[in-house]
Amino acid sequence: MHIHFLDPFRESDSPVHRLDPRVKFILAVAFIFTAALTPAGAWPVYLLLLSLVLSVELLCGLGIGYVLKRSMLALPFVLAAIPLVFTLPGEPLFSFSTGSLSLTISQPGVERFLSIALKSWISVQAAIVLASTTSFPDLLAAMRSVKIPSLLVSIFGLMWRYLFVLADEALRLLRARQARSGQTDRPGLKPGGSITWRGRVAGGMAGSLFLRAFERSDRIYMAMLARGYDGELRTSPLPPIQSGSRLLLYASLVLFILLLAAAVLFWS
Amino acid sequence: MHYAPLPMHIPDGFLSVPVSLIMWIVSLVAIAVAIRHAGRELGERQVPLMGVLAAAIFAGQMLNFSVAGGTSGHLMGAAIATILIGPWAAVLVLTTVVGVQALIFQDGGLLAMGSNIFNMGVIGVAVSYFVYQSVRKIAGGRSWGIFAGGFLAAWFSIVIASLAVALQLAVSGTSPANIAVPTMAGIHALIGIGEGLITLGAMSFIYASRRDLLVSGQTHTGSNLSVWVVGLLAAIALAVFAPLASIHPDGLEWVAEQKGFLDLAKNPVYKVIPDYLFPGISNEALATIIAGVIGALLVFGVVIGIAFARRRS
Repeated sequence: MHIHFLDPFRESDSPVHRLDPRVKFILAVAFIFTAALTPAGAWPVYLLLLSLVLSVELLCGLGIGYVLKRSMLALPFVLAAIPLVFTLPGEPLFSFSTGSLSLTISQPGVERFLSIALKSWISVQAAIVLASTTSFPDLLAAMRSVKIPSLLVSIFGLMWRYLFVLADEALRLLRARQARSGQTDRPGLKPGGSITWRGRVAGGMAGSLFLRAFERSDRIYMAMLARGYDGELRTSPLPPIQSGSRLLLYASLVLFILLLAAAVLFWS
Repeated sequence: MHYAPLPMHIPDGFLSVPVSLIMWIVSLVAIAVAIRHAGRELGERQVPLMGVLAAAIFAGQMLNFSVAGGTSGHLMGAAIATILIGPWAAVLVLTTVVGVQALIFQDGGLLAMGSNIFNMGVIGVAVSYFVYQSVRKIAGGRSWGIFAGGFLAAWFSIVIASLAVALQLAVSGTSPANIAVPTMAGIHALIGIGEGLITLGAMSFIYASRRDLLVSGQTHTGSNLSVWVVGLLAAIALAVFAPLASIHPDGLEWVAEQKGFLDLAKNPVYKVIPDYLFPGISNEALATIIAGVIGALLVFGVVIGIAFARRRS
């Protein structure tokens, strides 16, 4: 049983896949930053950002459908912003009342809500493109190049390496629970005990998962020691960024700044 | 897949830029301090231990159990990580989990990651540590302290972290405090019970098979008074500040003005919007929850004070 399907990386040979991971990482973060700074109601800028991310999706050949499906993950959170529609002061658009309740939808409220939803949708697409076109080792190299502490990067790397092993363990635990749990179609007969009991069973599974992780980390440590580990994970130096990628990086950053300047000038 | 995103991970776009940046700075400072301390406590063993444990927490979030009506409880892991490997290493482990969730699975945003790390990695861990150590101290070495401490640490870490999420959304102008705070607190008071039950189950399993991990002061050494204090302050500040923020909602005044029932606004108005939008969670529930949290903390404080006084004498 292998749960490699968890890995969102899609092997392919598009210009986006070939781009230097450091450039991709910085551009993705800069893009999300631009979306975050764009003021509410700057619709043309949002449209431009959206078309930008959509065209990159086309370029990397992932299939728009795949990205859009994944991007729905952030959707439930939009609920948190819905009250804004009613509570932000401003020109009323629409109001209705039932009994003693009265709600008014205000224009700034709708504007703010739509902006937040769009922003988060655009940002999550950029993150999906980054994760689907960059393998994890490349991402780690990118993280190291932006001066994230090497200890943290090493933990990231080890976590990734053993994520699938432990996720497999978790799936085996789940399958074992399913195998020993009876199920019946008879009405009125419900399988499983009380919530407390079910919680304890799941907890026992988690406990054994943690113990296995502890013991596995001991074995990994021994194996690392045997190979000469002295507390420092060594990595080969990264090659310099090619001039073409460098040019793309600067051009895109300038574009983002111009977009932002326009957005702030005209719509804030 | 069993992988279900929790309502705790804030995606990009929901936080204002100043809030995101401030939370990033706070988290970076916490991570830097944690790296220094974890290195001292765990030595060179730290990298494999923390990496594999982060993977275990991630995988542990797939272990769910049905609660009622199609919902299921599952693990966030701040409490169990804090209990097993100590607060400093737990901050790094939780940071890694949150980071991978955001980078790879888009569960939580990149710009919002600082905030997510703060809520789960810093607040979650500090509150867990404070609650767990306090309960154990009160129990005075008896084994019920381990289990009660584990359950309460899990519950409090979830609820207090959710208050932090609600406040960040409110300060960003994304969700009015009077709605975000009671809703988040209400939902997570329930989720916290699931977390508590799983943590309890995990701890009794570990207690039965590897008691040394729980009893003998775990893999980390020494007491961390500073973490304890941070946990205490975070718990009290959030439990007091969140309801205060939700009592003074700016948006509501406008609704009241519009309807011309400012004169009526003494108390029914506060109920209008929450009742309408989130049936079942009214401000009464909020009041009860907040009162419960504050009350529990007060009792806690008194008991700890007594325990300390008795130990000193």
